[in-house]
Amino acid sequence: MMERILFALLLVGATVLFSRNILRITRNIKLGKDVDRTDRKGERWALMTRVALGQSKMVVRPVAGILHMIVYAGFVIINIEVLEILIDGLFGTHRVLSFMGGLYDFLIGSFEWLALGVWVACAIFLVRRNIIKVKRLVMKELDGWPKTDANLILVTEIALMTAFLLMNGADQLLAWRGEGHYVTAGAFPVSDAIAIALDNWSTASLITLERAAWWFHIIGILAFLNYLVVSKHLHILLAFPNVWYSKLAPKTEMTNMPRITGEVRSMLDPSVQPPVPVARTVAGMEMTERFGAKDVFDLSWKSLMDAYSCTECGRCTSECPANLTGKLLSPRKIMMDTRDRLEEVGKVIDAKGKWEDDGKSLHSRVSEEELWACTTCNACTQACPVNIDPVEIILEMRRYLVMEESKTRPALTTMFNNVENNGAAWAFGPDRRMEWAEEMNR
Amino acid sequence: MSEPINIPTMAGFAAKGEVPEVLFWLGCMGAFDDRARKITKAFVRILNAAKVKFAVLGQEESCTGDPARRAGNEFLFQMQALQNVTTLNGYGVKRIVTACPHCFNTLKNEYPALGGSYEVLHHTQFINTLIKEGRIKIEGGSFAGKRITFHDPCYLGRGNGEYEAPREVLLKLDAALVEMKRSKQNGLCCGAGGAQMFKEAEPGNKEVNIERSEEALAASPDIIAAGCPFCNTMLTDGVKHFNKEGEVVVKDVAELIAEAGDL
Repeated sequence: MMERILFALLLVGATVLFSRNILRITRNIKLGKDVDRTDRKGERWALMTRVALGQSKMVVRPVAGILHMIVYAGFVIINIEVLEILIDGLFGTHRVLSFMGGLYDFLIGSFEWLALGVWVACAIFLVRRNIIKVKRLVMKELDGWPKTDANLILVTEIALMTAFLLMNGADQLLAWRGEGHYVTAGAFPVSDAIAIALDNWSTASLITLERAAWWFHIIGILAFLNYLVVSKHLHILLAFPNVWYSKLAPKTEMTNMPRITGEVRSMLDPSVQPPVPVARTVAGMEMTERFGAKDVFDLSWKSLMDAYSCTECGRCTSECPANLTGKLLSPRKIMMDTRDRLEEVGKVIDAKGKWEDDGKSLHSRVSEEELWACTTCNACTQACPVNIDPVEIILEMRRYLVMEESKTRPALTTMFNNVENNGAAWAFGPDRRMEWAEEMNR
Repeated sequence: MSEPINIPTMAGFAAKGEVPEVLFWLGCMGAFDDRARKITKAFVRILNAAKVKFAVLGQEESCTGDPARRAGNEFLFQMQALQNVTTLNGYGVKRIVTACPHCFNTLKNEYPALGGSYEVLHHTQFINTLIKEGRIKIEGGSFAGKRITFHDPCYLGRGNGEYEAPREVLLKLDAALVEMKRSKQNGLCCGAGGAQMFKEAEPGNKEVNIERSEEALAASPDIIAAGCPFCNTMLTDGVKHFNKEGEVVVKDVAELIAEAGDL
C-alpha cells in the first residue's frame, strides 16, 4: 500500500512540475510578436507527418538519421510499456496487460529489441560526441552546459534502457522459478540472456533487483520528463508543433513591414496619413513597435518556438557557407542565443512578476560580425530537421541595426546611397541603363 | 551584323497602344556590369530568335530593392518597390522574365504584398518553355560531349524550388551534365547573396566563392553553368583564383543556348 501511495505522489508531483514548466515556456514563446501561421492547414498536417513524424529530413544524413530513428521509435513505442507501469504502480498489479497473450508477447518482444537498439544507438552517439568528435558536435558554442546536457541525455537514456532490461530479466527468471505473482508473461528475447546470467542469484536478491529496476525506470522517466523543460531535449515535444507552424512561403521571401509601407506611402503622397505606431503590452510592460529586432520581444513567437525546439544538432552550422569558411556566424548559435536570452527574460518576469528592462538584449549575445556574415542562402533552413529558421532572426536583427541604430558596414552604406540616388546598387545613373543595347549594334 | 537590333521599350509599346508578350527585367547587373551585359545580350538574341514580343523598361527600370532589404534597410527597399510597382502597374505588366534570381525572388514573392502581382519567370524557365514549344531549336553542336556542371543559385533553387528548368535546358546541348558534390537542395552558396555582393566578407579563413569554385572544379567540368549574374562573377573569380580560366569557362545558361543556336 505504501508503495502505491508513494508512486501516486511521485506521479502527481512530476505532472504538476512538468505542467508548470510547460506553462512557463508557453508564456515565454508568447512574448513574441504575432504572426499568422494557421493557413493551408492540410499542407501543414502533411508537412508535420512527413518531417516530424516521418523524420524525412533526419535521414538526409543516414548514420545519425537511422540511429535517431531507432531512439525515436524506442521512445514512442516503449511509452506503451510505461502505460502498463503506471497502472501497475497505481493499483499494485503486476504486468496487468499480460492477459493479451500473443499480442502482449509481441509487444514486449518488440520493446526489448527497441530498448537494446536505443542502448546501442545512444552508446554510438556518445562515441561520436566524445571519442570520434564529429566536428559539428564539438564546436565551441557547445562548450560547458550544452555539452554536458547532451551527454546527460544520452547517459540517462542508456541507464533507463538498462533498468528496463534488468527489470525484465529478473522478472523472467522469477517467473521461471514460479515465484509468487511473477507470471510467465511476454516474450523476452533480449532479457532472457540477462535472466540466464542472473541464474545464480537468490530469489530475494532477484526480487530486490526487479523492484529497484522498476522504480529506477519509472522515477527516471518522470525525472526525465521534467528535465526536458530545462534542456535542449525539449525538441521531442516541440518538433511537432514547430514543423506544423513552418514557414510555407518561399524560403527567400522576407516578411513585409506594413508600417514602413504606410510611412513610405505617406512620404510619396502627402495626402496619405502616416501610420500610428502600435504599442502592445507584454508581460506588464508597454512596448512600442520597433523596426526590426532588438530583443526577443521583437521577434515573432514562431522564432521563439524555433529557439526552444532547437536540439543543437548543428546540421545548420555544418551547411552554412559562412561558417564553413571560418566566419564567426553559426546559425545554431543564433538559435541558442535566442533561447538563452528568452530564458533570461523569463527569469526576470518570474522574479518581478513583470518585465523590467535589464539593460541587455539579444544583441548582447549576437555580434554584428555574426549578423553581417549571413548570405541568406537558406542552407540552414534546408538542413534543419525540424524546420527552424535562423535567417529570419538574422534579418530582423539586421533591420534593427540599420534602421534603429544606423549601424551597418561602410560598403553597404555606399550601396544604399547608390540605390537611393541612382536606382542601382552601383554608381551608374539611369541614363546608362541602355548602353548594352547600343553595344549590340557595334 | 546584317540588320540593326532594336530593343523595344515598354514606353514604345505603350505609345503604339500595344502590350508585349513579356517584360524582360534586366536587373542592375544585367544593365551595368560588363560581364552580366553579355548575359543580357545573349538572352535578347534568344528572345529575338524565338520571335518573342518582349520589351524592356530601359531608363524606367530601377533596383528592385533586394540588396537594401537584405541589408536591413526596409525603408529603401519599400521606396524602390513602391516606385517600381507604380511603373509596372502603369504599363499593365502581367508577365516578367528576368535573368537575375534576386530580382526574380523579389518581383515574384515580395511585390504582391505591395500591390504588384505578376507572373514572374526566371530566364531558364522561359528558355525551357521556348524550347518545349518549338519556338527555338537547339542542337548540341560544339557542346556535344562537353562536361557541364550547373551551380544552383540559392534564390532560384532553395529559395523558389526551381532545380529542373536550367538542367532541362542544358540537356538540350547534348553535353554530359555532371553534378557537384553539393547540388540542388544542398547546393552551396557562391557567397554573394544577402547583400554580401556589395561588401567585404566578414573575417574568416576562406572566401565562400573559393570554396564553391573548388567544388565545381572537382567535378572536372569544361563549363560551369550559372543562372545568376552574382554567382557568375563569384565563380569566374574563383576559377581565376585556381588559374583554371584557360580550361574551364563560367557561362550563363542563356549564353550557352545562344552559342549553341548560333544566335
